[in-house]
Amino acid sequence: MKDKEVLLDIKNLEVAFGSHKNRFVAVNDVSFQIYKGETFGVVGESGSGKTTIGRAIMRIHSASKGEILYEGEKINGKISKSLDKKITQKIQMIFQDPMASLNERAKVNYIVSEGLMNLGKISEKERNERVSAALKEVGLLPEFASRFPHEFSGGQRQRIGIARALIMEPDFIIADEPISALDVSIRAQVLNLLDRLQKEKGLTYLFVAHDLSVMRFITDRIAVIHEGVIVELSETEELFSNPLHPYTKALLSAIPLPNPVAERNKTLRIYDKSMHSYDIDKPKWCKLNENHYVRANQAEFSEWSKSCV
Amino acid sequence: MMNNNEIILSAKDVEVKFDLRGQILTAIREVSLDIYKGETLAIVGESGSGKSVFTKTFNGLLDKNGKVTKGELWYNGEDLARYKKEKNWLKIRGHEIAMIMQEPMTSLNPLKTIGDQIVEAIRIRDRKITYSKAKKEAIEYLSEVGIKNPESRFKQYPHEFSGGMRQRVVIAIAIACKPKILICDEPTTALDVTIQAQILNVLKEMKDKYSLTIVFITHDLGVVANVADRIAVMYAGDIIEIGTADEIFFDPRHPYTWALLSSMPQLGIKGNDLFTIQGNPPNLFTEIKGDAFAPRNPHALQIDFIQRPPYFQVTDTHKAKTWLLDPRAPKVEKPKGILELQNLTAN
Repeated sequence: MKDKEVLLDIKNLEVAFGSHKNRFVAVNDVSFQIYKGETFGVVGESGSGKTTIGRAIMRIHSASKGEILYEGEKINGKISKSLDKKITQKIQMIFQDPMASLNERAKVNYIVSEGLMNLGKISEKERNERVSAALKEVGLLPEFASRFPHEFSGGQRQRIGIARALIMEPDFIIADEPISALDVSIRAQVLNLLDRLQKEKGLTYLFVAHDLSVMRFITDRIAVIHEGVIVELSETEELFSNPLHPYTKALLSAIPLPNPVAERNKTLRIYDKSMHSYDIDKPKWCKLNENHYVRANQAEFSEWSKSCV
Repeated sequence: MMNNNEIILSAKDVEVKFDLRGQILTAIREVSLDIYKGETLAIVGESGSGKSVFTKTFNGLLDKNGKVTKGELWYNGEDLARYKKEKNWLKIRGHEIAMIMQEPMTSLNPLKTIGDQIVEAIRIRDRKITYSKAKKEAIEYLSEVGIKNPESRFKQYPHEFSGGMRQRVVIAIAIACKPKILICDEPTTALDVTIQAQILNVLKEMKDKYSLTIVFITHDLGVVANVADRIAVMYAGDIIEIGTADEIFFDPRHPYTWALLSSMPQLGIKGNDLFTIQGNPPNLFTEIKGDAFAPRNPHALQIDFIQRPPYFQVTDTHKAKTWLLDPRAPKVEKPKGILELQNLTAN
């Protein structure tokens, strides 16, 4: 990534649900940028708001504060019809559970091409051609188009989900835990597929997951999110070798290692947010180096940064 | 670990068949397995390998169209494979052999408070116990599995708990019956990694406290490194390799075990493709000839397609079903990534 062209710019995003007494802020003052052609990862435990960020970009949830800029254009709130059309085409999503995200009563042909039909008139012939092309691209046979989702295995269903996103010729794909419902051996296949598609088409990914071990393989940069707040943002390898925030460390220690000896000697770190004393010394977004940021107050930052080079 | 070699459950040549609208599916193909008292045995395999079906035969939970057609299952001097009536199973299920399912959302009753669900389990074990006594005991179980404020949590419903907390409740219910064997069927698959690590710890604590024997089913080898004393690898309804955790991770012998280990994302190097297993698992409706893994196995020998390999003993505790271990077989090197497993350490 020599020239970092910003594709998506998120500024002070806040997403809140409910109102008045029941108001719950799921995403609180989140800012980050995603560069063209990179894979950006968001990790956190369930309830941390990682999915909500992805959904806010997709315009499924509306942002209560802040801005989302796609190629410099604001895409949250009220936007023009033509921009809306462009965004729906250029940003696509892959969902977590391939069992639940495909319409059981529709044939693959319809599932994959539904987005195309919404975009405007398209001839039957062209539609079929594009469906076969998309299926081929994800490693499925074009004949599968006339089958129903229940005839496929979990890995194949996830491929159908990917084909549905690809047929729109997107630039940016949000993958929300695309492999956590799959078997280990199938996981590898789907990850390889996503990786290959990125290389071939120059796609940009936002990859949401709870498992850091998968992230290491696929992402370029990672944002760690806890209770709606990004606590650390760093280049992937840097994050693994130099984790600063205690929550990141807790997540790292939870990765199951395929080594029984190391596992027996491992100590599990548990993150408790009461360890911070943020009453007087407020936390800030601190910069360790060009690619590594952490949320900390002055005292914490000077202590944490001592441990790294 | 395995300082006593007392066998608690012994399966001999168990075969399970399902009748699917007239078509016969052989889910388990003559599996033998001894489970030792007090150990944690992990059964690992892809979906469809028969790992769940196999353990369901231990407590009579097979679907109606499935049957143990061959073999014996010895537990406590009785052959469970002979059990035909539900009445027989009621003595075993829960009391002797309990099970924890994958999805904590679906294994709890949404209409009953979690306290009452634990009390129900206690009362099945001990019919004469008073409610207040049972309640006291239930609260104890809740605090043991790591639920804070057990007194107030006792009165709450499952929807008021998070996924990890629900799984703790399920564990408490299983413990309440005081079983000897606890079968955990993918207990952490639906959970986050941080929660997963905590649940594994709870299971370990419960095992020590109640001297349980645990059978742990999973598709993810990474998870079992933490908990398992021994690991059995299943493929197409057969245990193709079994050994201690160290032996399976550091000295695996079956090409399928190699493939499973190599496809873990933990071993991936950015920019390179992850290892994947080519092809599909065999069709269990047809009879499998030779080694079931042979068509997907790059190291397959000719004999693999003709004759089913027997177990070859590697050490006293480690055996594998592959012709590669036959003295006449050519030497095949293990994939490189597996050798690196030993160097993997925590960050």
